Amino acid sequence: MVQPLNYLKESPSQTAGPYVHIGCTPNFTGIDLYGGDLGATMKAGPVRGTEITIKGVVYDGTGTPLRDAMIEIWQPDAAGLFASANETRGTVDPNFTGWGRSAGDMETGEFTFETVKPGGVPFPDGRMQAPHITVWIVARGINIGLHTRIYFEDEADANALDPILTRIEHQNRLPTLLAKRVGNGEYRFDINLQGPDETIFFDI
Amino acid sequence: MSLIKQTGGYIPRDRDWQPDALTPPYKTSIKRSPQAALLSFPTTLSEETSPVFGHNLIGDLDNDLILNYAKPGESAIGPRIIVHGRVLDETGRGVPGALLEFWQANAGGRYRHKKESYLAPLDPNFGGCGRTITAADGSYELRTIQPGPYPWPNGMNDWRPAHIHFSIFGHGFAQRLITQMYFEGDPHIKLCPIVGALKSAEAVDALTAPLDMHRTVPMDSRAFKFDIVLRGQRQTYFENRKEGL
Repeated sequence: MVQPLNYLKESPSQTAGPYVHIGCTPNFTGIDLYGGDLGATMKAGPVRGTEITIKGVVYDGTGTPLRDAMIEIWQPDAAGLFASANETRGTVDPNFTGWGRSAGDMETGEFTFETVKPGGVPFPDGRMQAPHITVWIVARGINIGLHTRIYFEDEADANALDPILTRIEHQNRLPTLLAKRVGNGEYRFDINLQGPDETIFFDI
Repeated sequence: MSLIKQTGGYIPRDRDWQPDALTPPYKTSIKRSPQAALLSFPTTLSEETSPVFGHNLIGDLDNDLILNYAKPGESAIGPRIIVHGRVLDETGRGVPGALLEFWQANAGGRYRHKKESYLAPLDPNFGGCGRTITAADGSYELRTIQPGPYPWPNGMNDWRPAHIHFSIFGHGFAQRLITQMYFEGDPHIKLCPIVGALKSAEAVDALTAPLDMHRTVPMDSRAFKFDIVLRGQRQTYFENRKEGL
């Protein structure tokens, strides 16, 4: 026998269920508490950089929109700095939270984030990553939250050098990670849980 | 003072322990489960950082579901309970400043939601959600009523065990987690297809809160203990810390 390592096991995940909005966006469900829902806005005032809007829908394997999902995004400011306690590289834009949470539209499931185009963030080995936004999706039927990333179709040069995008074996799936520019400052990022256009999800 | 440095890289998630995306007895998972392999890579700053939720965010009644939706002088109906525990990481350290959000059905098993159709009545004094932030040692506490089991459309006669949903925000987006707390002794636990997504009896036990008579308030509330473990970060010795520690 050897000594035990004594690490703890991460708590097992369970689905967020159909009523995640009660807990995480109660005001959206008509339960008026806390003076508003967390993550409803990512801007506390004028922000630096390019302001953008990202809209999208999460589709199941039949092409049906999820109307009971919760989508969270997390990103740096336009200079690539995070509004995080452990950000040591500089001072983040004080008016930018970097974190958004959307319940999606009650009828269409469409989520909307009013944010800024993120700056680049280094990979652990020092290479720069292409601008991206971290995405986390939970819903009824999803046993463990799904991580993915939003990259930008109009950042082709940075994308071509990105340490993660260049490592994807099936490059024909890479477009599932690219937000499409559909207007001035407006991007579209649909998420497919299954099917020929299944979004690339991450184990991070 | 500690000489241990948290380098920032998170320990990989144990996918042999966590539930799979596809668990057919839980029917909704069939069309909502990705089928391609997940893309694995070490965490970067994007996953090692996280928004900060300050204690000043939290109102006095936010962690008291018995009172936070009740009319003045009234309270929610049902067995009064305290749920307490600590948020730890895999290395056993308490996680301070973690945001916990929780939601649940009322004592009759009914959620306050427009898409909910169970015939059990709403409790006008019960909203069903609350939140808190962990203390310096990772501890937390909430007060609520024990939720009831309820039927749900999956099989012809499936019932959820009584449970409280927890959403947890730690120090890195890599730690983001949603799970459910079950109650010791509930006979529905072993029948439930959602619990059945867990891969081992040990994993079910990890989500089952025991009665904790030591924290029970006599003539007032029973108590249950529910510890939560988030992913940990790799550590090394003897690194210089910028803070000079």
